[in-house]
Amino acid sequence: MNWVEIGTINDIPRRGARCVNTPDGRIAVFRTMEDQIFAIDDQCPHKGGPLSQGIVHGAAVTCPLHNWVISLETGKALGADEGSVKTIAIRLDGDRILARLAVTAMAAE
Amino acid sequence: MQTAAKKQKLVVIGNGMAPGRALEHLFEMAPDTYDVTIFNAEPRVNYDRIMLSPVLSGEKEFEEIIIHGDGWYIKHGITLYKGHRIIGIDREAKTVTSDAGTTESYDKLLIATGSVPFVLPVPGNDLPGVLTYRDLDDVNAMLLAAQSRARAVVIGGGLLGLEAAAGLKSRGMDVTVLHIMPTLMERQLDPAAGYLLEQAVEARGIRVMTKASTKEITGQNRVEGVLLADGTTLPADLVVMAAGIRPNALLAREAGLETNRGIVVDAGMRTSDPDIFAIGECAEVGGQCYGLVAPLYEMARVVSAQLADDAEAKFVHSETPTKLKVTGINLFSVGDLGEGDDRQEIVLRDAAAGVYKRLVLRDDRIIGTVLYGETSDGAWFHDLTKKRTDISQMRDTLIFGQSYQGGSPLDPMAAVAALPDDAEICGCNGICKGKITGAIAGKGLTSLDDVRSHTKASASCGSCTGLVEQLLALTLGESYNPSAVTPMCSCTDLGHDDIRRLIKAKKLKSIPAVMQELEWKTSCGCAKCRPALNYYLVADWPDEYADDYQSRFINERVHANIQKDGTYSVVPRMWGGVTNAKELRAIADVVDKFAIPAVKVTGGQRIDMLGVKKEDLPAVWADLGKAGFVSGQAYAKGLRTVKTCVGTDWCRFGTQDSTGLGIRIEKFMWGSWTPAKVKMAVSGCPRNCAEATCKDVGIICVDSGYEIHFAGAAGLDIKGTEVLGLVKTEDEALEHVVALTQMYREQGRYLERIYKWAKRVGLEEIRRQIMQDAVKRRGYFDRFVFSQTFAQVDPWSERVSGVDKHEFQPMAKIGYQQAAE
Repeated sequence: MNWVEIGTINDIPRRGARCVNTPDGRIAVFRTMEDQIFAIDDQCPHKGGPLSQGIVHGAAVTCPLHNWVISLETGKALGADEGSVKTIAIRLDGDRILARLAVTAMAAE
Repeated sequence: MQTAAKKQKLVVIGNGMAPGRALEHLFEMAPDTYDVTIFNAEPRVNYDRIMLSPVLSGEKEFEEIIIHGDGWYIKHGITLYKGHRIIGIDREAKTVTSDAGTTESYDKLLIATGSVPFVLPVPGNDLPGVLTYRDLDDVNAMLLAAQSRARAVVIGGGLLGLEAAAGLKSRGMDVTVLHIMPTLMERQLDPAAGYLLEQAVEARGIRVMTKASTKEITGQNRVEGVLLADGTTLPADLVVMAAGIRPNALLAREAGLETNRGIVVDAGMRTSDPDIFAIGECAEVGGQCYGLVAPLYEMARVVSAQLADDAEAKFVHSETPTKLKVTGINLFSVGDLGEGDDRQEIVLRDAAAGVYKRLVLRDDRIIGTVLYGETSDGAWFHDLTKKRTDISQMRDTLIFGQSYQGGSPLDPMAAVAALPDDAEICGCNGICKGKITGAIAGKGLTSLDDVRSHTKASASCGSCTGLVEQLLALTLGESYNPSAVTPMCSCTDLGHDDIRRLIKAKKLKSIPAVMQELEWKTSCGCAKCRPALNYYLVADWPDEYADDYQSRFINERVHANIQKDGTYSVVPRMWGGVTNAKELRAIADVVDKFAIPAVKVTGGQRIDMLGVKKEDLPAVWADLGKAGFVSGQAYAKGLRTVKTCVGTDWCRFGTQDSTGLGIRIEKFMWGSWTPAKVKMAVSGCPRNCAEATCKDVGIICVDSGYEIHFAGAAGLDIKGTEVLGLVKTEDEALEHVVALTQMYREQGRYLERIYKWAKRVGLEEIRRQIMQDAVKRRGYFDRFVFSQTFAQVDPWSERVSGVDKHEFQPMAKIGYQQAAE
């Protein structure tokens, strides 16, 4: 596992998300209102909906397909729903976002 | 055989609350006795004048305070002359004549001319910018003045003056209240309560100057300031005179009726002419004139009984509690508050809680009550006064209120439960507890609105609403759901309607402003409230609000419909469902080029391309755009499609150009956001091939014009449309449809389709505003057109040119080192 640079904080709108494609699948990187950065697998535990496309509120995202609410901190479904999604460790270096991934380099965009 | 007696003619001068109530009673007691004609100097129907203050402050709309809509007058066969002022009564000929030259004869005449504001006899009192506070026109004039957010001086620190000041302040004006006496509301409050009130008023940012005597209102062409007797000059752009009212007895005096301060009437409300009655603020009974609503309604009851031949009905004087309708200030006062050797008093002060209570006693009976800050025992104290209850047994704990009588403290519910059946709950309408609980049980009432419409309790000033709700809870037990208002989401306790109202009233123009001012419980909302707030702000402030895309559902954010596998579908607009070879070829080329897996014709007469990858969307749109396509907004809570049939162009049954009208409507309305999706259709004849009668808005063309339909549904619910009305021309059809949509845009709750909204506000009300009220309709139409200048931007071409580029590209693509590109 390595810390891989995936972008800068300014690439993501506040209360928004961007995707990062990796060989292990697509991950969703979120920026909250308070500029916290989280990353989780971009797949809702319910029906695989793209969580990166959901509405971000607090430290949670609501899936666009069936409105499950997923905690960005734990990856667990909130409320009455049960399920969880893998979280990816994130480190900030200034504005740079580093994710802990099983890859060694970043492809040119 | 007996023939029915010919109806007598009753003419009413004035259309305020007192005559309105009198007629209600009269129609109940003697339905077919009179033909009624009303002359109203104001150009409108009867409304709740005591609720003008909430209209001024923005807490209510004028529509909400109407007591009798036009339908009521029609139902009772009343001829209502709006905007007619009576200028003469001829008692010989038994006729009245209006300033417009209309003369009507009467058998019985009811004068209810109300009062006129007292205008200080100082120089400059007639300058433009000097207003009184009496009717809706005054309120509208104040609202206009308040738009400048300039300085206002209110002369008079009584009930009316303070309500006006609070209203103007909440509209953003810089407000000073001038009061000639040393403390505010000195007629109703003692100095201590007056002082507390002054503190509370000043805490709202309203300056209070007592012992301030106005000498002159200064200004050249309009008001510029107020000069006080002590030489102080206050700059002012608006001066509101609220220094009292005088009974309007002029007309009666000129007609030779006996007048004093007001029109002198006996206890049966009869003037010195046996065929003429007077009620309301213009009447003087037992040497006294009245200004609060409860005794005026009592007069209404008496006069209606007299008119129904009950000679026994008599007006009896009673003390009426005063309450101030300024949100957040609780004040209750009734009875005799003077000091004297024969009186004792009990006072409770709690400075920290801002509470002051004082009871004035004589001979072990309460004769006067002032409550400030904590007023829930007002009804109980007033009841003790009215019944002349000997309070010596409970004197030690009396001031703490009803809960502290007879042992351990009771909860407020128990206090209400302990009230006797004849205890007055609603002071304005004189409704006692027994009448309310009787109506709840007898008529199966389940909500506050039910109680209001059946008993009138809490329907006037609303300050007894809490008590009425407690009675509902008490009578219905578990089955009563007090929070009939469903909160928008768990981030707030407010319902959609309150939020929409407050966004306008407080001029909230961003989501953070709404959340701050309305005390959201979460830091940045949730996926339920944010899209709703975003819509309300877009709809209410089209020119000022910056659309928050992060608060939009993904479909509206990327202008395509998300599918179950995370791909998108793309639907271009086909105006009115009409297309051609060039368009179809362009679609075919796009499908080939991007290997779009599925193409389907939609129910809204257009073509859907399904399975487009998100990254491809801008390129797909670019190609479609070159062929002249714009977004079909098939994803929007907004105008979707206008379905048409071929109409007179081709169909042998067509009566009008339904295709042309459909295209015209779609081109006029595309791009508009609405509370929920809006689907329309235009059918060229009643055979209805475009299925217009299950749409949100539909038009059926007929030989004589265009029948406009609305409130249909063909989704989760299936419902045929309701008819809005028939119009003659295509232009009118467009104007009516647009106005209806704008009314829905302004009132609908987010995700509430037109049929649900219509059910909630009432079909009649919608017909009244859109079909009958040309001024309203034009207002809606104009606001829609204004909003469209900001909304009609094709989102696809915007994004082709680079807007929101980040939405469509991954932030990074990461591979194994050896796999790196």
